[in-house]
Amino acid sequence: MGQLIVRRLIFMIFMLIGLMAIVFAISNIAPGDPARLAAGPDATNEMVERLRVERGLDKPIVTRFAVYLSNLAAGDLGTSLHTRRAVVDDLARYFPATLELVLFSIAFAVLLGVPLGMAGAAFQNKIPDHSIRFLAVSGVALPMFWLGLMLQWYLSLELDLFPLGGRLGIMTPRPETVTGMLTVDSLLSGNFGTFQEAVWHLVLPSLALSLPALASIIRVNRAEMLETLNKDYILNARAQGIGPLRIVTAYALKNAILPTLAMIGLRFGWMLGGTVLVEGVFDYPGVGLYATKAAVSSDFDPIIAVTLVLGASFMLVNLLIDLTYALLDPRVRSQI
Amino acid sequence: MTLAESTVPKPMGTGPGDDFIAPETDVAPVDRFREYRRMWATFRRSHSSMAGLFIVILFLLIALIGPWIVPFPEDALGSIHLDRKLQPPNGIHWFGTDEVGMDIYTRVIIGARTTLWIGLTITGLAILIGVPLGLIAGVSNTWIRETIMRITDIFLSIPGLILAVAIVGALGPGILNAMIALSLVWWPGYVRLVQSKVLSVRNETYVEAARSIGASNFRIIFVHILPNCMSPIVVKASMDMGMAILAAASLGFLGLGAQPPYPEWGAMISIGRNYLPDWWWYSLFPGLAIYFTVLGFNLLGDGLRDVLDPKQRS
Repeated sequence: MGQLIVRRLIFMIFMLIGLMAIVFAISNIAPGDPARLAAGPDATNEMVERLRVERGLDKPIVTRFAVYLSNLAAGDLGTSLHTRRAVVDDLARYFPATLELVLFSIAFAVLLGVPLGMAGAAFQNKIPDHSIRFLAVSGVALPMFWLGLMLQWYLSLELDLFPLGGRLGIMTPRPETVTGMLTVDSLLSGNFGTFQEAVWHLVLPSLALSLPALASIIRVNRAEMLETLNKDYILNARAQGIGPLRIVTAYALKNAILPTLAMIGLRFGWMLGGTVLVEGVFDYPGVGLYATKAAVSSDFDPIIAVTLVLGASFMLVNLLIDLTYALLDPRVRSQI
Repeated sequence: MTLAESTVPKPMGTGPGDDFIAPETDVAPVDRFREYRRMWATFRRSHSSMAGLFIVILFLLIALIGPWIVPFPEDALGSIHLDRKLQPPNGIHWFGTDEVGMDIYTRVIIGARTTLWIGLTITGLAILIGVPLGLIAGVSNTWIRETIMRITDIFLSIPGLILAVAIVGALGPGILNAMIALSLVWWPGYVRLVQSKVLSVRNETYVEAARSIGASNFRIIFVHILPNCMSPIVVKASMDMGMAILAAASLGFLGLGAQPPYPEWGAMISIGRNYLPDWWWYSLFPGLAIYFTVLGFNLLGDGLRDVLDPKQRS
């Protein structure tokens, strides 16, 4: 097992270097002069040239890529043009916020999706099943940025139930930073008021972000449940007089949960992508919003760093999912 | 897959094989017709598939004749009528008007054409890049396959939207660059799909038979292997139309895709959000348009999958 993890981690590093190479290559085929962009519209030619040499942009792409990788190994990801801070510091500030949002959304999707999928299977082709399936097909078709806006419009602006955006109210004192996740930090410092407020700020963004994942989890869980419920051992359990609720929760769920787990891993990646949209709508200061601002102003260092960090987290999650899979199901242990 | 089944999914790309006289082609036309009828009967039984087909046809129709049915054609690409700005939905302006008095109904209808064009371009480019690479990776056994598959893995190792944002960041915002970026992140899915399909059919008896009578690699790929990959490609393309439309609208919303006043639904919402909550109709209607279009393509894709590729059903 340990050997397997090490092998996967080494493979991951190569994948990430490949990812960097691709983003590097694409950005260099692109038209436009990065030095001029970095210098700003009012810069003289002389200033542009100086910046070009300063940033090493006059060197060939392979050299620059090598320089980038060696800086990366030293923990330097460059400087952001729009925040004027080191990209590493920016990421340390924004990434925990995004992670918090995504974890909340995953929790939302699983806690709602699994029971709904089960209910759909249990009431197959009856009214609850039809409404649950409607939710499932709508979930993947709804633009999450638009859903976020509509939730914001109705639940925050009209009904004033939830805050409009951000992570905390302006007047609320910030807990001391330990993990960077406000809910965790406020609990660690024993500040329940702040915790409550942080959770309150997370509800609408995670709801919007979790919808596609919720929809897929419902779908997979329902289909797997239906298949499992037709198996002989379920029939046997039924014949033994075990109640329907216990059959669904204790017997069928166990087998239906594995494909759901695989789906969670897949959807985690989609959610990381979705943060770009949802963070923009709720003005939530995470890497998604950071990446969008960087992309709009062609700010290269943050863009490539965000790609790297999100790619790495996606790969790590998939590794974790595979390992959990192996722990839960001895049949797949030999395969990975 | 048996020989009888293999004659079924050959709706396209069979051109070069028609001159080849084999027993199977003698009976194929009759069987194929019956097969299509059976598929249609299955498709028709599902309400959701029919709803999807209906939405997609309606969408195509609107995209096709949109410019001739809209009440205010001059608002399509941007005009200013400050005397009727930000009016709520009414008898003249069904979906209300925006901040410079353009009719939102007109712009949503015209936006269908933009959306169709974007969806077709992204899906089309992704197929044009992904399918040949998948075929090559599937039939070759050398370093070529390794290279293609590893690069595909790298592209699939990061959320597509993030990579697309990164690429647009490098290319600069704009609808064309957004489309290029999305096509660049979309093709790897087709490589995976086609490669795995090729691997599963390339050792089938009928491929071996063709090889043993001296058919060239080219012929084997295009006459025997590719037609068998068609149904999963068609199913994926239908699903991807919806997803590509959603992704392009997302980039438009972020200000990285179509730029206002270009009539694109995502870009309209990105302006409209500044006018919430009082002028809610500005962002409500373009969003509904995206939702129904994507829903239509997804339902159609589901229906096609159930008919063409029942084994893939989840």
